[in-house]
Amino acid sequence: MVRKTVEDTEGRKSVRDLKIGESGVICCLQDPEMGLKLLEMGCIPGTEVKMNSRAPFGDPVTIIVNDYTLSLRLDEAETILLKQ
Amino acid sequence: MTVTTQPEVTKAEKAAVSQSVAKIALVGNPNSGKTSLFNQLTGLNQKVGNFPGVTVDKKTGYSQLTPNLRAEIIDLPGTYSLYPKSLDERVITDLLYDPASNYYPDLVIVTADASNLKRNLLLFTQLSDLKIPAVLALNMVDVAEQEGVKIDIPALQRELGVPVIPMNARKGIGVAALKIVMTQQLEASASSFFEIPLELIPLLQSIKERFSLNNDYLALHYAHQYKNLRFLSESDVAWLEKATEENGFKSNTLQANETIERYTRINELLLDVVRVEKATKDEKFSNRLDQVLTHRVFGYLIFFTILFLIFQAIFAWASYPMDLIDEGIAGLNGLIQSNFSGPLVNLLTEGVIAGLGGVLVFVPQIAILFAFIAILEETGYMARVTFMMDKIMRKFGLNGKSVVPLISGVACAVPAVMSARTIENWKDRMITIFVTPLMSCSARIPVYTVLIALVVPEKYYLGFLNLQGLVLMGLYLIGFLAAIFSALLLKVILKARERSYFIMEFPVYKMPRWKNVGLTIVEKSKTFVLEAGKVIVAISIILWVLASYGPGNSFEIAEQRAVAEARQANLNETQTENLIASHQLESSYAGIIGRTMEPVIRPLGYDWKIGIALLTSFAAREVFVGTMSTIYSIGEEENVSTIKDKLMAEKDENGDPFFTPARGFSLMIFYLFAMQCVSTLAIVRRETKSWMWPLAQLLYMSGLAYVMAYITYNIFS
Repeated sequence: MVRKTVEDTEGRKSVRDLKIGESGVICCLQDPEMGLKLLEMGCIPGTEVKMNSRAPFGDPVTIIVNDYTLSLRLDEAETILLKQ
Repeated sequence: MTVTTQPEVTKAEKAAVSQSVAKIALVGNPNSGKTSLFNQLTGLNQKVGNFPGVTVDKKTGYSQLTPNLRAEIIDLPGTYSLYPKSLDERVITDLLYDPASNYYPDLVIVTADASNLKRNLLLFTQLSDLKIPAVLALNMVDVAEQEGVKIDIPALQRELGVPVIPMNARKGIGVAALKIVMTQQLEASASSFFEIPLELIPLLQSIKERFSLNNDYLALHYAHQYKNLRFLSESDVAWLEKATEENGFKSNTLQANETIERYTRINELLLDVVRVEKATKDEKFSNRLDQVLTHRVFGYLIFFTILFLIFQAIFAWASYPMDLIDEGIAGLNGLIQSNFSGPLVNLLTEGVIAGLGGVLVFVPQIAILFAFIAILEETGYMARVTFMMDKIMRKFGLNGKSVVPLISGVACAVPAVMSARTIENWKDRMITIFVTPLMSCSARIPVYTVLIALVVPEKYYLGFLNLQGLVLMGLYLIGFLAAIFSALLLKVILKARERSYFIMEFPVYKMPRWKNVGLTIVEKSKTFVLEAGKVIVAISIILWVLASYGPGNSFEIAEQRAVAEARQANLNETQTENLIASHQLESSYAGIIGRTMEPVIRPLGYDWKIGIALLTSFAAREVFVGTMSTIYSIGEEENVSTIKDKLMAEKDENGDPFFTPARGFSLMIFYLFAMQCVSTLAIVRRETKSWMWPLAQLLYMSGLAYVMAYITYNIFS
């Protein structure tokens, strides 16, 4: 579910921390407002995401979710937390 | 195939037919082939209008389903869900949530990309729960199959409860089948894809009663979105606000839960419908191409090469049709003037036709630019450009998506400002709109070319670098720098209303659909001619009147004086006539206005004649060349070389050439910065819904123009 609290997310792995080619499973979305947009785009908890590429200056990045490519900024990727 | 012609019918039949026009709305995710399908269904039989009260383009077209049945198709903006995130998307809710509206559709065609069915079905299930009769146009089934995704169409049809038409909209496959389905009386799907939480039922019940709705899910959307539904009255909004508050309605959480529940439901139903045959997915072609096209070195190199090619094309290719248009207009004027005479003929030739020519001459450049932009968007490359530029643009308070308006601004700020609508964030969008007119648009080209030809020698460096061309490029560069540094300034001044985000689908690379490119060119050129044309023709007429008449008998006095001077100087007949014209101009209303403003513009190196040109250019820059040619008494002739000769011959009070490099550059810089375009101001007013923005633009840009032109004049003199 969409989490409302920011606490106790320190040190948790997010999509931002993925290396290119590395995958993870979405645990929860940290930002309620942005979370809605991400949910609609298919970033549902339990879905697998794969880091696909980075823009020339490292930001934004593209990820693969549900078989399509999604681009987002690093601070947006940071709000998608992964299962440990 | 698309039927664009009306069949022959008798009058009685026609009346019957016109009453049975079905209204059909086309809805779907971006990149799901919606535009292709719309073009397939309607062909050239489409028009672009406006939704009442909002600025979003409303594209409608007619499709002949059977010889007796026509359907009106409304193409709605692409969206991922019925909870709108951008201005464009709000049109959809305005249309679908008001059953009393004239535009309320009888049927919705939902386009879905078969290779990305899961995400595409989210929107479908929402629409289906609104209980509007729907058809699913399952696009790109063949592409999905090649990728190893096999879809069981009958099973999908059973699960969704509506007809599913497999198709390839680009190739036109399946369009005939879709048309047949569209002629049938369709029911809304009986299946429901989302259980509304029980505790909401009392609230929804009272909403349904108040607005006489008969659908719970629609009532739920009223509760979520009442602030943005334009058809609701103030008291309705206040009522909904109170009702939702009393109920403890948590819009965000409810929306999130709804989306998750829908996806769960979609996953379940797709289990039996979709079979992925390839166990290992090879890396997609698009991703491999991206490794080169978004590479840290090659990516930018390729982008700037493409930009360079576009500029080359705009200048090189467009010059032939432009010359033809120029000559055609001059020929037409000559023909009229040699056969007729009188003040009305002068108004027609020197006012209306010359003004019209000034509009038409830009059509080739605009058409070429929009062809390129359409191709870049069609292929999916534009998404990569925004991706590569986002971080840099963000430093200046812009957004990766600002690249499109800024590039389009080189053709014309009017469509460029409109294209900023795809930027969801208010602050990013306002900054983009504000700075876009600083990009040198095609209307500045004639001003630049006349002045460059006048003060920059035609020299070559290294055999191929043309000095005049370099100066022209420099002017474009200054415009771009002015735009991004103004953005930086605004970034500090403006307060953000919401957070900026960049969550965007990366479309796969595709070959452009030439039909779509062609339709874009036609549509944009038409808009330009009609919108800009109105203003320019009006200004040309006003200018002509102001320059052709003066107070009292001042014209007769001017003529007598000119004739006397001519006799003294022993001038021939043509020279005398020119002298009369220029003396008369000086004493005309336009001349009086020019003289009045001369003290203000003298520090920039301008005299009253340039003053008139500046003044008329405030409506549209293109008018400059025409005005200068009127003022320097060379009649309606638009040929640059003669204007150039005439301007070169102009002497100052000491008998030296009037157009020194200092004056020329000062003028170029003035035109570069100044906000001299009524059409742009009008479109900015429309897009920002306030006069504050266009006024701020007018003051800022014109003030900047004055200061910069002053500095330039003093550096060069």
